[in-house]
Amino acid sequence: MPATEKAMQYRIALRNCGFINPESIDDYIAVKGYEALGTVLENNTPAEVIEIVKKANLRGRGGGGFPTGLKWQFTAREEADERYIICNADEGDPGAFMDRSILEGDPHSVLEAMAIAGYAIGSSKGYIYIRAEYPLAIERLTIAIAQAKEYGLLGNNILGTDFSFDLDLKLGAGAFVCGEETALINSLEGKRGEPRKKPPFPSVSGFRGKPTSVNNVETFASIPAIILKGADWFRSVGTEGSPGTKVFALAGKVKNVGLVEVPMGTTLRQIVFEIGGGIFEDKAFKAVQTGGPSGGVITESDLDTPIDYESIKEIGSMMGSGGMIVLDEEQDMVELCKFYLDFTQDESCGKCTPCRIGTKRLYEILERLTNMEGSPEDLDILEELSRNVKCSSLCGLGQSAPNPILSTIDKFRDEYEAYAYRTKKTAYTIDADKCIGCTKCSRVCPVSCITGTVKQAHVIDESACIACGACYDACPVDAIMKP
Amino acid sequence: MKTVNIKVNGRPMVVKEGTTVLKAADAAGIKIPTLCHLDLPEYGIVNKVASCRVCVVEVEGRPALVPSCAEEVYEGMSIVTDSVRAINARRNNLELLLSNHPFECLTCAKNLDCELQALAEELNVRDISFKGEKMHYPLDTSSQSIVKDPNKCVMCRRCETMCNEVQTVGVLSGLRRGFDAVVAPAFNLDMINTSCTFCGQCVAVCPTAALTERNDIPRVWKRLFNKRYHMSVQVAPAVRVAIGEMFGLPAGTISTGKLVTALRRLGFDSVFDTNFAADLTIMEEARELIHRIEHGGVMPMLTSCCPAWVKFFEHQFPDMLDIPSSCKSPQIMHGSITKTYFAEKMNLKPSELKTVSIMPCVAKKAEAARPELSHDHLQDVDYVLSTRELGHMIKEAGIEFENLPESNFDNILGESTGAGVIFGTTGGVIEAATRTAYELLTGETLPRIDFEELRGLEGIREATIDIKGLKLNIGIAHGLGNARKLLEDIRSGKSKFHAIEIMACPGGCVGGGGQPYHHGDMSIIEARQKAIYEIDKNSPRRKSHENEMVLKLYEDYLGEPYGEKAHELLHTCYKPGERI
Repeated sequence: MPATEKAMQYRIALRNCGFINPESIDDYIAVKGYEALGTVLENNTPAEVIEIVKKANLRGRGGGGFPTGLKWQFTAREEADERYIICNADEGDPGAFMDRSILEGDPHSVLEAMAIAGYAIGSSKGYIYIRAEYPLAIERLTIAIAQAKEYGLLGNNILGTDFSFDLDLKLGAGAFVCGEETALINSLEGKRGEPRKKPPFPSVSGFRGKPTSVNNVETFASIPAIILKGADWFRSVGTEGSPGTKVFALAGKVKNVGLVEVPMGTTLRQIVFEIGGGIFEDKAFKAVQTGGPSGGVITESDLDTPIDYESIKEIGSMMGSGGMIVLDEEQDMVELCKFYLDFTQDESCGKCTPCRIGTKRLYEILERLTNMEGSPEDLDILEELSRNVKCSSLCGLGQSAPNPILSTIDKFRDEYEAYAYRTKKTAYTIDADKCIGCTKCSRVCPVSCITGTVKQAHVIDESACIACGACYDACPVDAIMKP
Repeated sequence: MKTVNIKVNGRPMVVKEGTTVLKAADAAGIKIPTLCHLDLPEYGIVNKVASCRVCVVEVEGRPALVPSCAEEVYEGMSIVTDSVRAINARRNNLELLLSNHPFECLTCAKNLDCELQALAEELNVRDISFKGEKMHYPLDTSSQSIVKDPNKCVMCRRCETMCNEVQTVGVLSGLRRGFDAVVAPAFNLDMINTSCTFCGQCVAVCPTAALTERNDIPRVWKRLFNKRYHMSVQVAPAVRVAIGEMFGLPAGTISTGKLVTALRRLGFDSVFDTNFAADLTIMEEARELIHRIEHGGVMPMLTSCCPAWVKFFEHQFPDMLDIPSSCKSPQIMHGSITKTYFAEKMNLKPSELKTVSIMPCVAKKAEAARPELSHDHLQDVDYVLSTRELGHMIKEAGIEFENLPESNFDNILGESTGAGVIFGTTGGVIEAATRTAYELLTGETLPRIDFEELRGLEGIREATIDIKGLKLNIGIAHGLGNARKLLEDIRSGKSKFHAIEIMACPGGCVGGGGQPYHHGDMSIIEARQKAIYEIDKNSPRRKSHENEMVLKLYEDYLGEPYGEKAHELLHTCYKPGERI
């Protein structure tokens, strides 16, 4: 990667990934690992720890952006004989692997942060809820927990103090909705993984009815750095309202794919065109989809907006957990939405009506449209139903499931209308000026809809074309045009 | 009680802290539609899953809509029930439910008794905006009691709350996800292969026809029409105080006489009273209790009239099968005596006779089919109809129930005492047994017949009856969750009781799963209970051992109570079941 690209990335959450042996606690200790835990146990009261995190204004990296310090404070202030710390490692957005990389590359940083959180809120028991599809992360966490216990960094009387904290792993059974904190708690309790009504929030009544703080992997990974370097340092990175960095999983039609960690306030143009190196095969940029199945698309006109929790909402998307998919000129936006709705309607837990039946109906409308069986009326129903599913669903999954539709129908309405009015071209055509009459296309066409004589320009019968693309691949002179 | 200041549609109100938005709006004269909501804390039934979303309203400062049934008010809360967004959302969500519902209303078991149908009417749905795939699960007709049609399930989860939290049976729960989500037993097993007790409380609360009783009406019509058999029918005590509701009469109307007339007009040859067999049960059960007390038998003795309760302990407490009384239920005793004693009297072969029973219960259907409750390959009871089913038959026959003259049960197996009728309510069986046990043990007449201390609607009740120095500790539970608590005490050796009465349904048989739907109005069950005690109070005889026909039955046929012949015909045994 050229030097300019590297300079823009700033590692906090991923600081040790790739640099230390994740299966060696000594490697972690060598890079000041567990020093933050030692520091707070020796120098700070639990309330002071919460103050530091509040002052740093670290916000939930799972996508919600709720201030972590405040969440800890709410959990700590409840009267209870036990409180719980839960690490949400049920990362499930298609194409996103931020948390997985941290857990595979630097598991101790999460364990250390959970112990710090446990100290701050007065909890002696934590759980890491991790999806079973992450076997390497599970293996490394298991090793890390055993090592930390052996070194007295987890368990009773940590570092000789009165503070005791223990950790267990709980493997998720593959439901996306269990990333929603109340569904996660249900699953952890051995119940059906479906959300509960909020309020009460988990900070008041969570796991086993006790005050519980559920924080994301990336949030935890930032904690030791904040403790060691101070809240002021953390606030010097990123924007005023959203300090620190965010890890994105850059994917799609971009030259350099992979994880990037950038300070909040970095623009999408910088991420896509400088770090990502621009669009794959130098095609034209169309949009960036952020926030996974709950997010929306960001177009050319908003590429220079500095990205933080608020600004990204203003331009019609959301931060989400960090999925970032770059789309080029060839992307069909209705098909994109269909993909996401297929995902959400399948991952809906089925508890509430708007999500269970509403997302299914949304998917069916999109399917009707792309099958050229829709009507202009479908667009009205699509929009109205989307708004209803958003405002009346029980949990965040349903409330955000229509976002891809609302965002794309707003910015790419013409594409929806082309389907609804059935004006969308579905046939390949031949540029008569380029065609050399080699007959290769007519020979490969499976439905024999290309006619023409040798050395004369050929013609495709658009009503018979099934848009299989065989002619496009066969043409030696790029005379065939996609629909 | 602390109060809070709120606003409903701009109007200031002061309401009790902890009130739901739904109740606050109701107090303000605003009706918010509901579907999944079923909140009866006094019966331990709290279904606040907030899943249907047809009661959503705006709360100022909240970006999303809020389910009014589950949201509690707080100081300064400003609620708007009539915003365009809220009204549209409620309607939209109802239409979504309807878009996935089979339109079989005309032939549906819940036609005109369906909460979803009523809601569609209330919100004036004339067209459904959404069209698409519908669920297509097979019907579960595996049991003799309950039919499960998952395609009519609206995921309100009421049945799940009843099955898991009230009854602690744990058969029904959410299965699968997304559009395929449905309430079903684990692994979508057929109901017959689970530890379902068939108590029918899921049926009693289901807003649609996703859970209904098995329809036995056609089988009974067929037998009534072809006149090949002597058709005998028995009526359970709780039916007479509820059947009137099927014809618009107030809950708790005593309709015994009209009921008998209606059954004769339907074509039954003999119309008998299950109360006769209830008195017979007491003769056996009181003797069994005395036998256990005098011979140091297993204590406590538990009643065994309720088939859902029997199935519950077989599956949940298979290690304690010697504790319940070995008495068959009154329904089965009645059938057994009909096919033996009565058949003999009438010069009929048992095979020339069909026994039908009208029960407030759906578990009685499965009970009647238990193989051990038979003689010479003939079931003691052939057909069981619920109170609801009988109501439908009377309507179908064009009988104007309200205007019927009254008549009396047929003799021999129709005679009963007040002790028999109180079998229909929680506390009644044990009170009846106590009346008889007292007089049998002391040889003296009871100073007072009414044991008020055994009555009421609390889930678990206890009382000590002083029988001339013998302190009899009595426990009563209704609802299987309450029964479980008493059984766990017995298992751990903590129980101090001599006798325990258990009924599976809240309120006892008056609240049975086969009764006319109460739609969450529990005052109906209280009215039925009151009527039961009213009948008892006005009965000329109120102790089972004073039932002359029962005494004659022993004299003519059975011999000694709890004797050999009685054992053959009136007692049974239990078999352990699995928990799934």
